[in-house]
Amino acid sequence: MSNFLQYLFLGLGKGAVYATLALSLVIIFRTTGLLNFAQGEMAMFSTYLTWMFWEQWGLSPWLALAASMVVSFGLGAFIERVLIRPVGNAASNPLAVVIVTIGLFLAINALAQWIWGTTPKRPPPIFPNGSVEVLGASISYQSLGTLAVLAVEVVLLWVLFTKTKVGLAMRGVASNTESSSLAGVPVGLILMFGWGLAAALGALAGLLTATGGSVAGFDSTFMQVALIYAFAAATLGGFDSPVGAVVGGLIVGVVAELCADYIPFIGEPLRLFPAFALILIVLLVRPQGLFGKAQVRRV
Amino acid sequence: MTAAGDVPLAARSVAVADVLLRVTGLEAGYGPVQVLRGLDFVVGAGEVVVILGANGAGKTTTLRALSGMIDAKGERTLRGAGDGATEDVSLKGRRPEQLVKLGIAHVPQGRGTITDLTVEENLRLGAFTRRDKEVTSDIASWYEIFPRLGERQDQAAGSMSGGEQQMLAIARALMSKPRLVLLDEPSLGLAPLVTKELFERLGEINRTTGTAMLIVEQNANLALRIAARGYVLEAGGIVAQGTAAELRDDEAVRQAYLGY
Repeated sequence: MSNFLQYLFLGLGKGAVYATLALSLVIIFRTTGLLNFAQGEMAMFSTYLTWMFWEQWGLSPWLALAASMVVSFGLGAFIERVLIRPVGNAASNPLAVVIVTIGLFLAINALAQWIWGTTPKRPPPIFPNGSVEVLGASISYQSLGTLAVLAVEVVLLWVLFTKTKVGLAMRGVASNTESSSLAGVPVGLILMFGWGLAAALGALAGLLTATGGSVAGFDSTFMQVALIYAFAAATLGGFDSPVGAVVGGLIVGVVAELCADYIPFIGEPLRLFPAFALILIVLLVRPQGLFGKAQVRRV
Repeated sequence: MTAAGDVPLAARSVAVADVLLRVTGLEAGYGPVQVLRGLDFVVGAGEVVVILGANGAGKTTTLRALSGMIDAKGERTLRGAGDGATEDVSLKGRRPEQLVKLGIAHVPQGRGTITDLTVEENLRLGAFTRRDKEVTSDIASWYEIFPRLGERQDQAAGSMSGGEQQMLAIARALMSKPRLVLLDEPSLGLAPLVTKELFERLGEINRTTGTAMLIVEQNANLALRIAARGYVLEAGGIVAQGTAAELRDDEAVRQAYLGY
């Protein structure tokens, strides 16, 4: 029993990390109707920025993260304006835009290696080491902290989407771009804001992934596995639902952990298998995800 | 019969005292296809003007050009806002959200509501360009004008009937406090009784708020009932114009658009 609890806590901690990245995917999907395959690599780049601000510029870890989120916001907005918008949008040319995000994936990865090399970097510690005992199992400060950050992020996003004019405009643009623009919403600015926000939250997701990951540090590939989990989380929860991203992330984290611990042949080498299996099952059984809205097509 | 009656409708230009929107030589199209071939027309302040025409004549294109949804050639100017302003403002090259700020609201054909948002959120989004504190009380007054919207304020707009959604689209457009509303086929897909009620409401709104309206409509009978003047559009050009009464009495217009 205490073993099970232990695995559960581990899984929740990891799941919270996947949820933060899944939230970025969901925000871009909700405002633009697009899947951003470069989301993980953007988060990786942001994590290098955080590391640079901390290690090389001497900022405190949290300040370095804040600075990185601000810069990432600008970079995200820039990418939308300069690389995405000229190519088209989800309605007119979805394939071209998806291909651009895949190109971005490769380009950002190469850029990070060119700037920072391939030697792993130690991420700035944002949570203290150690753990607390709960019902005979231990839960690390890292996991607790990640869950707390996730909770704050969800509340802030909920406020943004439901209580502010910008959030209302983002939802309007996602649902009906033309009518929103006719209502006076500057659609271009809203799209840039959506990409910027997703990139800034990606910086957060990247640092949480790095600090919860390998003790050796992170290199330019560390977000690629996390992106798969985030896709699984967003698919499970529903790509248009922030709540779904969070619940999906936690479920994916726990399921992946329990499968690796209890099913003998999965273990470490096949760790990603449950995530893929989950994506497939959800797409077959409930394509819109747990919390997503089913697409209604009027004919 | 007066002298004016002897002049063919096509050659007549009606003097409008208080011009709000002036359009000269409007040309627009989609890609290589030119749809509008030089339209000249005006809408007076507080006036209801209807554009009649068959499918494909260019009615929707006209409205889309005016609200900045598509690029267009030709001058169009709107009288400056505010009491002191007398200078006309050119509308050329402006994006839809800038035109909303200048006072033009467009209710597009068929799907003017944002279906995933609630009724209340649609109305709030309609006030996106406003900075004043009266948005909430304005929403309440729309609920009085359209009680159905009040009953369904927390429901997704997409869950309502076509007529209710059209009322919402119109209220949403008027939330921006426009001086000119462009209405594209407001009766499309609505039952005759609903259409009749809709036009009565439009007439009321025009009388009480003084908002000018440019209406594109297949249902010419009802549209001419609330309109002061009208233009007939054929193959991208204006072929006739006159007061609502003149158009109703014109033999050719009656046969082509009124169906009797």
